[in-house]
Amino acid sequence: MSIVENQAVAGRGSARAVAILSALGSFLVIAVTTYLGLLAVTFFIGRVIPIDPVLAVLGDRAPTAVVERTRREMGLDLPLIEQFYIYVKSALRGDFGTSVLTTNPVMSDIRRVFPATIELATLGTIIGAVIGVPLGVLAAVRRGSLVDQIVRIIGLIGYSVPIFWLGLLGLVLFYAKLQWVAFPARLDVVYEYTFTPITGFYLLDAAMQGQWDVFYDAYRHIILPASLLGYFALAYISRMTRSFMLNEMAQEYIVAARAKGLSETRIIWGHALRNAAVPMVTVIALSYASLLEGSVLTETVFSWPGIGLYITNSLQNADMNAVLGGTIIIGSVFIAINLLSDLLYRLLDPRTKVE
Amino acid sequence: MMLERFALRSRGLLAGVAMSALLAVPAFAVTPADTLVEGFAFDDIISMDPGEAFELSTAEVTGNTYDLLVRLDLSDTSKVKGDLAESWTISDDGLTYTFKLKPGMKFASGNPITAADVAYSFERAIKLDKSPAFIINQFGISGDNVTEKAKAVDDTTFQFVVDKAYAPSFVLNCLSATVASVVDSKLVKEHVAAVTPSADYKWDNDFGNAWLKTGYAGSGPYKLREWRANEVVVLERNDNYNGEKAKLARVIYRFMKESSAQRLALEAGDIDVARNLEPNDLDAIAKNGDLTTTSAPKGTVYYISLNQKNANLAKPEVRQAFKYLVDYDALGSTILKGIGEIHQSFLPKGDLGAIDDNPFKLDVAKAKELLAKAGLPNGFSVTMDVRSKQPETGMAESIQQTLGQAGIKLEIIPGDGKQTLTKYRARNHDIYIGQWGQDYFDPNSNAQTFASNPDNSDAAKIKTLAWRNAWDIPDLTKQTEAALLEKDSAKRADMYKDLQKKILDTSPFVVIHQQLEVAGLRKNLKGFALGPSFDTNFVGAVSKE
Repeated sequence: MSIVENQAVAGRGSARAVAILSALGSFLVIAVTTYLGLLAVTFFIGRVIPIDPVLAVLGDRAPTAVVERTRREMGLDLPLIEQFYIYVKSALRGDFGTSVLTTNPVMSDIRRVFPATIELATLGTIIGAVIGVPLGVLAAVRRGSLVDQIVRIIGLIGYSVPIFWLGLLGLVLFYAKLQWVAFPARLDVVYEYTFTPITGFYLLDAAMQGQWDVFYDAYRHIILPASLLGYFALAYISRMTRSFMLNEMAQEYIVAARAKGLSETRIIWGHALRNAAVPMVTVIALSYASLLEGSVLTETVFSWPGIGLYITNSLQNADMNAVLGGTIIIGSVFIAINLLSDLLYRLLDPRTKVE
Repeated sequence: MMLERFALRSRGLLAGVAMSALLAVPAFAVTPADTLVEGFAFDDIISMDPGEAFELSTAEVTGNTYDLLVRLDLSDTSKVKGDLAESWTISDDGLTYTFKLKPGMKFASGNPITAADVAYSFERAIKLDKSPAFIINQFGISGDNVTEKAKAVDDTTFQFVVDKAYAPSFVLNCLSATVASVVDSKLVKEHVAAVTPSADYKWDNDFGNAWLKTGYAGSGPYKLREWRANEVVVLERNDNYNGEKAKLARVIYRFMKESSAQRLALEAGDIDVARNLEPNDLDAIAKNGDLTTTSAPKGTVYYISLNQKNANLAKPEVRQAFKYLVDYDALGSTILKGIGEIHQSFLPKGDLGAIDDNPFKLDVAKAKELLAKAGLPNGFSVTMDVRSKQPETGMAESIQQTLGQAGIKLEIIPGDGKQTLTKYRARNHDIYIGQWGQDYFDPNSNAQTFASNPDNSDAAKIKTLAWRNAWDIPDLTKQTEAALLEKDSAKRADMYKDLQKKILDTSPFVVIHQQLEVAGLRKNLKGFALGPSFDTNFVGAVSKE
């Protein structure tokens, strides 16, 4: 190997390092500004809403003297700027304070409620992707056919029907009438005494402990809300798959593949879908992230103690510590999933591969 | 090829069979025989410490898990009866109350119940000075003198000294409030946390408050095993209970927010009792052969109030006219059906001296006459802050319609509960529609807020409902105070009757109904009854067939 070549390799290597570093740097800048923005917006929303936070702590019946003392204890008598400073300082240490409603530190509350939402959202996304992608492919391949119309209608219903109503309908049909699924909660009461969750993902915990009756019970509780979320994810995923596939099917390499005499199955599933899969990763990741935010209405209907219910309930009670903590955690997860899907995108797409 | 296809098809078939096996097994929906399961929206709970808790759902848990010196007599709620106390005497000057405890009682922990525990319970409630502390400190008790005023004379004798010769019924009624619950001082002292004293909090420890928020140190028929916010409250039978033991081993309150979900779960048998039912679900349950309903009037009244800072609303004739512009009958037979009883005076039924004659009816002609007299023959425009939930919204819409008949244009401002309340507490409303639950089971609780306003200035220390509506009433305030000191219960009752009549006639409060608490239950439950207050919803007597 000549010296010139060696230098070229070294040059390429450092260029790659620079590229990676600058990508990382710009990500950091974006992440930090997003966080600060998030902190500022949540804080000021929390202060301008016309709800007295002391009211949340004490209720309507507390005597005036107690109200005044609590106001001082909560630091609400300080200037707004000083309150914000204290807030950012403790938030940076990962300390979001104590929730008024549950009396626990907000972080420990979130550790308790978030797994419930993650479990539900994960199952929902799997259902949505496993069914949604093939449906979208089918609709694209048979464009304009009856199948396409049916998929379109399924998607439209998923977009337009309120999840609250569909949830109740599901309960009436599958729980009350058919008794296929269990009632709104995560587990039956009988397991209150025999089952101790470890990770908070009940299906996983039950499987790890070999408690298959608990697993089955948890499954019967989760399947309906997860299917419902899955349906909404499906509506989105199938529409997007269809349009990506249509785009791919119109490409010249498809014509080339056909000319080579490849089977249609091979062309669709092996070539077109493979390429469409790249943007699909982003779509599925985004729909997963939006389910992770906690589908408030689903969690309400199904008495699912997840983060959506937690934040909504806290918001209604002006429990700002919990709202802010929850928002920031969700924001972080959102940013993380975005980054992850970005990485996956690069991994899957040959064009974005560095060399 | 054939084989492959067959294999494929049978694989599909197998998957199908497996799927349906997983889904189509009918649920065996029966709650355990030794457990009562209630669907309950208990999202108001913020602490299980009886010295701190002041929320309605917590009251039910505290009532079932803690004991008091004296307790409301459910056969006649204008009186109390002994709970931990076997008997009591009142000194001639009316200042010293001496309670004798029943012998040989134990806490759930096994520790003996002594007068020292009672004294410690009072001390911590007063020194913590949380929301409900005023129920005890209104007798002139403060952190500095509580160990003197509420003390153990010996193991079974507890002495309580008040600062004025109050009506004994008043003092005893206040001692039946959950804040006076007796805690296991030995157990609590094992869990106290150190605190740095400050100007606002002079004591060096938290009296176990942090631990008791989720912990338990009582002696009631049930003991609290666990509370997980918005998930579950689990009670277990206390085998050390000094009275009749609870029939069931466990009570589980499952958090369920939705009325319709509660109804479905009740119908399917996954819960035994549904506690937050809306009228349409209640109707359906009443018609179901396996289910039944029960109800009890609670000490909560719903009212609309007119802010006297509004010049139109401050006119006496206008105040009066509003009372004729509510269609009580229509409300009672529609949106309040099953959840409220028309009741126009500020004392809820069951209180000492409560009157139950409802003099007002919808009378548009009479109201118009009154408005003309006030110089407003063509009515006026006004706003009402309404929390976006039932029954408030429905009531507001009905009132909007009847006010319109007399030319009053009502604009409804919907809002979240805490939001409308914040505005109300700052006296920035025109009209507010709200509810008021009495703080303790004594007529003074509501009289003090509806019929007294010691200082009507914006900087007042005491902010009663009369203050929130800027209603300046020095005479009624004095009368309310006088009723507190009347020793003769019958005379005291008469004084409250008089107060209620005056409020009916002149006040800016239009009291509409008294809340009925309702529950739907499965017919195999025996002994389930709702009490007259939230801390008397006892579950100890409930059993299953």
